[in-house]
Amino acid sequence: MKLLFERSVPGRKTQVLPPCDVETVEIPKEYKRLTLLPLPELSEVDVTRHYTELDHQVFGVNCGFYPLGSCTMKYNPRVDEETAALPGFTGIHPLAPASAVKGCEEILQTAKKDLCEISGMDDMTFQPAAGAHGEFTGVLLIKQYHDSRGDTARRKIIVPDSAHGTNPATASMCGFEVVNVASAPDGGIDLDALESVLGPDTAGLMLTNPNTLGLFDRNILKITSMVHEAGGLCYYDGANLNAVMGLVRPGDMGFDCVHMNLHKTFATPHGGGGPGAGAVGCKAFLAQFLPHSVLMDAKDGKPAPENAAIGHGGRIQVRGFAGNFLIVVRALTYILSLGKEGIPETAENAVLNANYLMHQLEDMYRVAYPRTCMHEFVLDLQDLKEETGCSALDVAKTLIDYGIHPPTMYFPLIVHEALMLEPTETESRETLDEAAEVFRKVYQLAHDDPDYVKASPHSTVIGRPDEVQASRHPVVKYG
Amino acid sequence: MGTYIPSTKGERDEMLASLGLPAGEEGYRKLYSDVPESVFRSHELDLPEGMSELSVVRKMTRIAGENKTYQTILRGAGAYDHYIPAIVKSIPNKEEFLTAYTPYQAEINQGILQSIFEYQTMICGLTGMDVSNASVYDGATAAAEAAAMCRSPKRRVTLVSATTNPEVISVIRTYCYGAGTELRIVPAKDGRTDVSKLAEMLTEDVAGLYLQQPNFYGLFEDAKAIGELVHAHKAMYIMGCSPIALSVMATPGECGADIAVGEGQSLGLPLAYGGPYLGYMATTSKNMRKLPGRIVGQTTDHEGKRAYVLSLQAREQHIRREKASSNICSNEALCALTASVYMAYMGPSGMKEVAMQSMSKAHYLAKKLTAIPGVRLRYSGAFFDEFLTDMPKADAVLEALDAEGILGGLPVEEGILWCATEKVSKDAMDHTAAIVKEVLAQ
Repeated sequence: MKLLFERSVPGRKTQVLPPCDVETVEIPKEYKRLTLLPLPELSEVDVTRHYTELDHQVFGVNCGFYPLGSCTMKYNPRVDEETAALPGFTGIHPLAPASAVKGCEEILQTAKKDLCEISGMDDMTFQPAAGAHGEFTGVLLIKQYHDSRGDTARRKIIVPDSAHGTNPATASMCGFEVVNVASAPDGGIDLDALESVLGPDTAGLMLTNPNTLGLFDRNILKITSMVHEAGGLCYYDGANLNAVMGLVRPGDMGFDCVHMNLHKTFATPHGGGGPGAGAVGCKAFLAQFLPHSVLMDAKDGKPAPENAAIGHGGRIQVRGFAGNFLIVVRALTYILSLGKEGIPETAENAVLNANYLMHQLEDMYRVAYPRTCMHEFVLDLQDLKEETGCSALDVAKTLIDYGIHPPTMYFPLIVHEALMLEPTETESRETLDEAAEVFRKVYQLAHDDPDYVKASPHSTVIGRPDEVQASRHPVVKYG
Repeated sequence: MGTYIPSTKGERDEMLASLGLPAGEEGYRKLYSDVPESVFRSHELDLPEGMSELSVVRKMTRIAGENKTYQTILRGAGAYDHYIPAIVKSIPNKEEFLTAYTPYQAEINQGILQSIFEYQTMICGLTGMDVSNASVYDGATAAAEAAAMCRSPKRRVTLVSATTNPEVISVIRTYCYGAGTELRIVPAKDGRTDVSKLAEMLTEDVAGLYLQQPNFYGLFEDAKAIGELVHAHKAMYIMGCSPIALSVMATPGECGADIAVGEGQSLGLPLAYGGPYLGYMATTSKNMRKLPGRIVGQTTDHEGKRAYVLSLQAREQHIRREKASSNICSNEALCALTASVYMAYMGPSGMKEVAMQSMSKAHYLAKKLTAIPGVRLRYSGAFFDEFLTDMPKADAVLEALDAEGILGGLPVEEGILWCATEKVSKDAMDHTAAIVKEVLAQ
């Protein structure tokens, strides 16, 4: 379809503002823009038709089954959008005086109390804007803790080999050396491997539990106590909290700090890649290291301590102001709706749905770790590939033709032909039955007509794009 | 209570039975058999009972009502009260845009990919740069990511002008702390970057300079001359610019910047107590592969049809893990879409009109305020839509304005930092000036 720029007609425009009611002032010549402003010139109808056409080429959660492992693509309640659009929230300046923002503060305080309760933490910040940003914040808590004690030899962060790529990338950004530990044959952390890397240089461990294989680590209490004994701290990556919320608390598992993806577990929409919110909770002894906003504090009469180094009285700040506030409004709406019974019920049914679907598929597809899973499971398509030549990618692309969003592919890295499925609790049994039927059909198709599968999808506006060309000869803007 | 689980209790029990598990709680407990007994449901959740949709809406509406909404907002300092056209609110609310994941599956997400490609094109047009990413969290994190792009093993120091928004400085300082690199602040002189001090500070270990334009006090910096100075010392030059100002102001491209970043909130996003906002980030072709975050590229499908994909992924954390340039994964895609709709709808003339009216109104407000005895501009330089005044009784002035439904400027460094946008009417500014005059006359 056409780009905005290809629809542009010189001189066409919209009229939004009244005429200027004061004397007009021009920007001084020496600061003036000399080049043209190359934006499209369109009418309102042009704009709305364009975006409606684009919207029709997007697969959202409301379009169909979205079993994207590790992404928790659950239904996003519309009421959450409505509360987040209340003018009493959208119109509030972050630097308005404390007397004018009591409602916003009530939202943040209530969400903090509830999410601390769910995670077993004592204090929390909403400043991080995403999961990876929450990891960054959490690992900076660990760094400040060691720095504040003068324990500067702790340079290593331990990450399991099944971890999401953001974990090692985060540790690097925080100046730590990354130590990867192997998984045991049962998919959990190999305790011997962990023991061998722990020592006086251990700053901490980053762990997702259940892990990215969808397995709950049976040795979790042992793992966190081993890290603590070595003098390190334990960071809980809350990417998979949906499996256990309301049932098991990261704080009770021995974690010192945690991030929660409000855009996964607490049902706020993914928006095509964001915005999310990565609320970071911590135990009381780390609370002094949580981020602040320098201007919001100054506004409230709490100016930042001058020249104090971070970790020694100086505070960190990971983005402007209080964070993605409207995402917190949505998440709180969701928490209030579910309440104390609904939160654990959600987790239980996410796990039930995953096990139900896995059970339907396991006679045909090989499950990478065949045991009771949590909210997601991983299929290993190595056998299918050897038999038919059809890869995990080919199967994933074929699912599209049956109205199913592909599962997460080729992750975690320790399973080579991986398809990772997370159905979430918001799917009905019929949807799971239908999806299982589709998976069986595709399996059969891979044997009967592998070339067809390898050329799929066949029903979409484009076929498989040439990614090599995109990377070798980058075209990253129009014109 | 609200619930989003479709299956009935009977269905759940049947599903448990299909797994060979007993019905109800007992069956669920077996699903969690890997969880140690000592931590499973070991704590009675202290949360309220679930609520119906109507009850939740009532409660949230009550809480929103605890906030004060102002008729007139004369405060900026990083968050700006610009008018948001109706269409800019409705389009990003379309359910597919709203609920989709990151478009890794290009075949069913051309809509999002194309919209990001268009966003990148418009950001490049606005900034005069060659390549834009698909967004980062906000303007402050964009600045911090840009500072990281400049660093090399030999050049590890980041310079930031003291005329930068303190929030941005604070975030850059935090990212520098993480990376174990040094931040040095270039002092200000008369509200602008002290260029002679800057020249002394451009030592061989300096990776780059961050300059805000217009700066925190609303003043225009001599961005082009500063860029030449920075480049003469082989450091990189980052400009952080208001996107509204960019429609009329010399671009980072024109000023020779290597990286252009900024806060995109002004492009159609509400104030919303600080977020979600939008960090934009663009650079030159030369630095393309150092740019963090997602980038959409144009390619073709097997039939030669134009297509868009997430491109250059070899830079990113899911491929490079600990060697990635940044850990960023989720970004602010829907905010970038909002900004795109805003720019497409306003067009070049509408964008320039917003800039011109904001600047004109700020100058009118400054003129009205400084006509009051006791009120003066702290700095004399040319300014855009913000300015800093000195006046006695600042607290009393702001309180009196507040009582009239006017959010006055922000108390900053013993003065008041004012801001005007196109939304502020002449009448509101006259009223403001009258209140200030009255308070000062008391």
